[in-house]
Amino acid sequence: MGDYSSQKKKPYLAALTWGMVSVAIYATLLTQQDLINANFANGGVYAFLPIGAAFLFSLVHGSFTGHFWTLLGVEASKKHKEAK
Amino acid sequence: MHDVVNAAANFIHLDSATILYLFVVGFVGGLVSGFIGSGGAFVMTPAMMSLGVPGLVAVASNMCHKFPKALIGSIKRAKYGQVDVKLGIVLGISAEAGVLYGASIQESIKARYGDAGSNLYVSVAFVVILAVVGGFVLYDAVKTYRGGDTDKEEVKTKLAAWLQTINIPGTMVYFKSMNARMSVLFTIPLGFATGMLAATIAVGGFIGVPSMIYVMGVPSMMASASELVIAFVMGLGGSFKYAMHGLVDIRLSMIILCGSLFGIQLGAIGTTYVKPYMIKVVMGTIMVIVLFSRGLMIPVYLSQLNLIAPIAEDTTKLLKNVSFGIMAFALLLGAFIVLRAMWQGKRAEKLALAREGLIHG
Repeated sequence: MGDYSSQKKKPYLAALTWGMVSVAIYATLLTQQDLINANFANGGVYAFLPIGAAFLFSLVHGSFTGHFWTLLGVEASKKHKEAK
Repeated sequence: MHDVVNAAANFIHLDSATILYLFVVGFVGGLVSGFIGSGGAFVMTPAMMSLGVPGLVAVASNMCHKFPKALIGSIKRAKYGQVDVKLGIVLGISAEAGVLYGASIQESIKARYGDAGSNLYVSVAFVVILAVVGGFVLYDAVKTYRGGDTDKEEVKTKLAAWLQTINIPGTMVYFKSMNARMSVLFTIPLGFATGMLAATIAVGGFIGVPSMIYVMGVPSMMASASELVIAFVMGLGGSFKYAMHGLVDIRLSMIILCGSLFGIQLGAIGTTYVKPYMIKVVMGTIMVIVLFSRGLMIPVYLSQLNLIAPIAEDTTKLLKNVSFGIMAFALLLGAFIVLRAMWQGKRAEKLALAREGLIHG
């Protein structure tokens, strides 16, 4: 009796790609703190910078975390998927 | 609202311990949010303030992590067929209007009675709302569990069924989560009230989810998932408003988001393994525990307003720490219940599949 989730192809490449992009943007965020603080908190039209960044991080890191749990075999109930 | 230049100058220095702390808090908050549609904000803001982040920056930065988190969570739960996007958007927009109105009430209370008056108002509202709503949610969950009805489809409340029968021409909209039509003349005020209370107690989901379940007749699973759409709409509008004033510390928001996106995916997956009443169990439990946390602070604010005898500084500090500890405990307990329920559901499914395998072959 094997693990049913392991019978499907795991998204290794996708997880790796999104993971690397995620690490890159977080590394930029942490290494360029002064530059980011100086520009992102200026208010007014600069408000688009933090909002845009939030969308970018959610897309990249959200894709990575989704694949991350799939790789670990943590997926939605099969019964639930069938019910859809 | 504030001085833009000063806001940026007050942004804190981030070291490894701070980053790790924010990541972990984000993960736990995300886990609970993915499951019940909200939660975490009540810990996130004080957690940031405990690091020396000014109050408004903490609120703004929390909000700016909330909307991208809710976006990912709602997309995930939409894949499981749990999201009513139309209802989420209608309620989200009307809630946003409620937030603006609620914030103006807050400001006028603050202008008239100062910080202590404003804090007292928020705490009393928090305790009363959470006692009534949280108590009812928990009571309903316990009743379902004791009645052995956990597998049965949820029954609409009489109020929800009645509201759905009222036909006001030109205002009726079909909502898939209710599998019925309801007048927007009911949904818009409900959304407005949700937003108004959200502006007061800072956790809109504690009002939004129960109002969807008990007043509109939305099943718990869909209510908690659609709440994520509301959180996205409200969070986006709120974040933009704060960002226009330079109050968002994007580093804090994105570090919390880093943890919370791991958590929210897990919490969303968890909903596919549990029975709907578990949403009420987690939500009701957190709400009832958190109300004690805020209740503890009421004597402090009463003393600051000279309505009772002064409280020693050490006692005030102790009450603040205990209050924060209770909030953190509530969130951790919620996360524990989610993970436990998910693990049990996963194990039961594995056993069922194994039995099926034996029977068929």
